[in-house]
Amino acid sequence: MSEGTLYDKVWDRHTVTRLPTGQDQLFVGLHLVHEVTSPQAFGMLKERGQEVAFPERTHATVDHIVPTGNRDRPYRDDAAESMMAELEENVRGSGIDFSDPDSGDQGIVHVIGPEQGLTQPGMTIVCGDSHTSTHGAFGALAFGIGTSQIRDVLATGCVAMEKQKVRKIEVTGELGEGVTAKDVILTIIGKLGTDGGVGHVYEYAGEAIEDLGMEGRMSICNMSIEGGARAGYVNPDETTYEWLKETDAFEDDPEEFERLKPYWESIRTDDDAEYDDVVTIDGSAIEPTVTWGTTPGQTAGITEPIPDPDELSEEDQDTARRAQKHMRVEPGDTMEGYEIDVAFLGSCTNARLKDLREAAAFVEGREVDDDVRAMVVPGSQRVRDAAEAEGLDEVFKDAGFDWREPGCSMCLGMNDDQLEGDEASASSSNRNFVGRQGSKDGRTVLMSPIMVAAAAVTGEVTDVREMEEVATV
Amino acid sequence: MSSPEFSDGESPAEKVTEVSGTGIPVRGNDIDTDQIIPARFMKVVTFDGLGQFAFFDQRFDDEDNEKDHPFNEEKYKGANVLVVNANFGCGSSREHAPQALMRWGIDAVVGESFAEIFAGNCLALGIPTVTADQEEIEALQDYVETDPDAEVDIDVAAETIAYGDTVIDATVYDAQRKALVEGVWDTTALMGANEGAVRETARSLPYVPDEHVSETAAGDEA
Repeated sequence: MSEGTLYDKVWDRHTVTRLPTGQDQLFVGLHLVHEVTSPQAFGMLKERGQEVAFPERTHATVDHIVPTGNRDRPYRDDAAESMMAELEENVRGSGIDFSDPDSGDQGIVHVIGPEQGLTQPGMTIVCGDSHTSTHGAFGALAFGIGTSQIRDVLATGCVAMEKQKVRKIEVTGELGEGVTAKDVILTIIGKLGTDGGVGHVYEYAGEAIEDLGMEGRMSICNMSIEGGARAGYVNPDETTYEWLKETDAFEDDPEEFERLKPYWESIRTDDDAEYDDVVTIDGSAIEPTVTWGTTPGQTAGITEPIPDPDELSEEDQDTARRAQKHMRVEPGDTMEGYEIDVAFLGSCTNARLKDLREAAAFVEGREVDDDVRAMVVPGSQRVRDAAEAEGLDEVFKDAGFDWREPGCSMCLGMNDDQLEGDEASASSSNRNFVGRQGSKDGRTVLMSPIMVAAAAVTGEVTDVREMEEVATV
Repeated sequence: MSSPEFSDGESPAEKVTEVSGTGIPVRGNDIDTDQIIPARFMKVVTFDGLGQFAFFDQRFDDEDNEKDHPFNEEKYKGANVLVVNANFGCGSSREHAPQALMRWGIDAVVGESFAEIFAGNCLALGIPTVTADQEEIEALQDYVETDPDAEVDIDVAAETIAYGDTVIDATVYDAQRKALVEGVWDTTALMGANEGAVRETARSLPYVPDEHVSETAAGDEA
């Protein structure tokens, strides 16, 4: 068993009691709510005649079904309108803060929590969404839960959980030019597998992780679940504190910041902590990395060949064969040159200001390929506003990108933003499952924001390192 | 706003000690929750009626014609034990996935391994997720395919799966087994009984302001 890790400390601080099932009852410091997984939980609560126990520790937004174009109410999609109306009624009736589209604070739940300072180190954070692992970037213990567990949290402020093992993933060295956090996490999942993290929490550490800003750390923690780990985290440090200082929670309250900082420091993993497992990855060897298949573990460096299914371990062979047939790729080829129809820059993995800045810097002075429809979906209204203040929207629009309103959008195709037929997309999102982007014949290639920008411009999967810099006057 | 109310701890959960019935195999590793229930069917505010959409895109083509899939086959009508392979239920946290399976008629899932959130969601519905070795699972899938009317008996407490003359040693992870066998899988009721301890834990956390915890803050004084 692990000892002295952030996970152990945060777990212990939040344990209420041991339940008869052998699970621990954990107090939830922050419960984030969105429209898709919560209505049934509120319904169950009502059926039982219960109320929300800790409304002040709960925060809601709308992201999955919200349109990213015309947002006039009622929404043109009746189903989306009824889900939105249900959420409004549920949260307003319970006294839960709601970052709704009129607030200027709406956005993807895993973007707004960190930007508003709701997400803090040493918290337990849950949401009915598997990418809740994102918040681990701040040294929080954050994980996705199902709807019945949402009911638990609404009614009691707690979740029932079994403690897991802790695997330290140490990424050494410096990342190369054109290599981002997204490439790091795709590489990790490729190496450890989509179920490699089952039963584990991942602690990301090492020079390459420490050098990342909060946006990069969030991209990495976000995809922990794609590797089977329900939660992932990075120990809080000065980078974390610099971000927190600028948020709503602390910008006008430096005293509160100083009051909490000792707690944040205290929950950092001890120098002599014990892990259940340690994996080391050479960060300097990581290339821009993309997926070639239909799971986030089917990845290859941009210059690496797509593997021959026969040479994979036995349990991966069938999945690989099916994936290669679906994607229409051949073993031995690289993904470079794979033609795409759609470029999607968005999602809780990669739609923060830094992601948009990096992509815009690449796009400036270039044009989207004639055969590609390209879109940028900022992660939140605040990201959108900040990007527009810097003129990033104009850069994207001038190049031929569609600039849209914030939401989950084409990451999972619950609104109008969907692939059509067998379109192939270069996507900065997190899942390349068959049907994920709204069309069951659609093909998704996951990659970093700058790789999406490069693919949008060339019309094919492209090694961003090979692209010449555009001279700016 | 009234003061927060906790459950009285009375558990409506039933004991799930065994599941018996006929089996249905769905083969393949890494079957994700987007396959079990595509996102477009989640634009609903209840779980009612989700059963018909289980594995929808694997079962129907663009013109809604049936494709080859066990969930379409007449011989598996009425089956309640789903037999799958490795890492079943990976991907999103949507409880809609086990809800769809349950509403189609599934009472237990047997497989090589399960994604964690999926297994937890199944427990919340009283559905055991039972694991066994690859060879044994494949043998069970073959058996069920050959004889879809044969009975499969899962003993949750003893952690065995019996069919024909065969008894497999299986695993039901500790917390799930205890919760199902003792009928304590309604965690809302279980945890609601510890209200005082919850408030004590909350108060001990430096980031939780007292006014978020105290029972009077929510309006009792008014």
